Amino acid sequence: MQKTYYDPADLKKFSKISDWNEELGNKFFDYYAKVFEEGALTEREKSLIALAVAHTIQCPYCIDAYTGDGLQRGITKEEMMEALHVAGAIRGGASLVHGVQMMNKVNKLDM
Amino acid sequence: MVTKSLHKRESDLANSKRQLEILSNGIFRSGDLPKFSDKIAETNQFPLKAKKLEILQINVGYMCNQVCEHCHVDAGPDRKEIMTKETMIQCLEVIKKTGAHTLDLTGGAPEMNPNFRWFVDEASKVGIKDFIVRSNLTIIKANKKFADLPEFFKSHNVHVVSSMPHWTKGKTDKQRGSGVFDQSIQALKELNAIGYGMPDSNLRLDLVYNPSGAFLPGNQIALEKDFKKALLEDFNIHFHDLFAITNLPISRFLDYLIASDNYEDYMYALVEAYNPMAVQNVMCTNTISVSWDGYLYDCDFNQMLELPVNSKVKHISDYNEDLLFNRDIVISQHCYGCTAGAGSSCQGNII
Repeated sequence: MQKTYYDPADLKKFSKISDWNEELGNKFFDYYAKVFEEGALTEREKSLIALAVAHTIQCPYCIDAYTGDGLQRGITKEEMMEALHVAGAIRGGASLVHGVQMMNKVNKLDM
Repeated sequence: MVTKSLHKRESDLANSKRQLEILSNGIFRSGDLPKFSDKIAETNQFPLKAKKLEILQINVGYMCNQVCEHCHVDAGPDRKEIMTKETMIQCLEVIKKTGAHTLDLTGGAPEMNPNFRWFVDEASKVGIKDFIVRSNLTIIKANKKFADLPEFFKSHNVHVVSSMPHWTKGKTDKQRGSGVFDQSIQALKELNAIGYGMPDSNLRLDLVYNPSGAFLPGNQIALEKDFKKALLEDFNIHFHDLFAITNLPISRFLDYLIASDNYEDYMYALVEAYNPMAVQNVMCTNTISVSWDGYLYDCDFNQMLELPVNSKVKHISDYNEDLLFNRDIVISQHCYGCTAGAGSSCQGNII
């Protein structure tokens, strides 16, 4: 039995998801490739966004992929960590902003 | 940070035979990854054949003022292999009659060869189209006797190609040693001041980028854009082209890969990025590499692995371009480094 849910080697097999549904798989990978092409944002900026999102959704495959991608693009560790703090700030902020709801509720119920 | 060559440290990996064993065993012997010969055979490109010679690359010695972690030459101040004037004279005879359009001097730090200036002086008289010296930049600042190198290069119309692993101090010094970044910036400013690397200038100044770790270089055009923007904004420095070069798994980079437990992943990455289109233009097919002692190799990497050309002609003293033409190129698994992605050569991407 496999001892962990995640295997780093599975990342290399990502494209195999098309084996069980070629049409949707191909559409997804075409879309994916197009998204990361240079447009109004540079490929470098998109890579940093991807890295931050990867940490927000806590996807080990994506963290692995976009840390490596960032290094290849010459993105520094300082830039990577700043991007993560943006993700962290939004995540933390998303929890804390609900504090207003908590405060509203307390204010309504408390005498 | 390493301070001595593998040779000085008497490391197991200073032995080229040991490196070749590693590159042929393990994941390649077990069949987990295909051997390079089998991979290129898939597209009928085996054996790889030499085409018309375009680049004559001469390594004038392994001595260097730096000890870079990734160096495939295992160069450093402790290396004593230096090309003699006698071998240089033999090289000059070849330079006079070669059909190659490019002469490429490398090392080590080629400037540390005591006969370097004499050799450049003589070679430049031949009138070869593109005369490259691979200068590590810090040599210009290493000692007063090298301070006039920019002017010397200019007076001989030398095309300067210099290493610069990153546009930030941290990443540069980590790979190449403390203080390398500041000295390189100063040297680049001096080269710019006399016209090297300036827009529309005929004095060519190109930079070489090697990844500072166990990863492949990204898109050369995008990296060049980032380098240009950062060096201009931060230091008002100009240069012409950026060559993104993949680190090949030999010598000190192989030592690093094994010590950091990255060897297998790196080889997987190289094989995964294998591009059959790049095979058509690999530099060994249009280059001859001459070692400090005058022996001939398909490339600088084969020189370091002591894999001589597969030809009756073995030495610069009996050089014959006709006999070297169409020879079988000597290959091993390190060759995957030149066929990954957009390919890699001493002139950067090849497709």
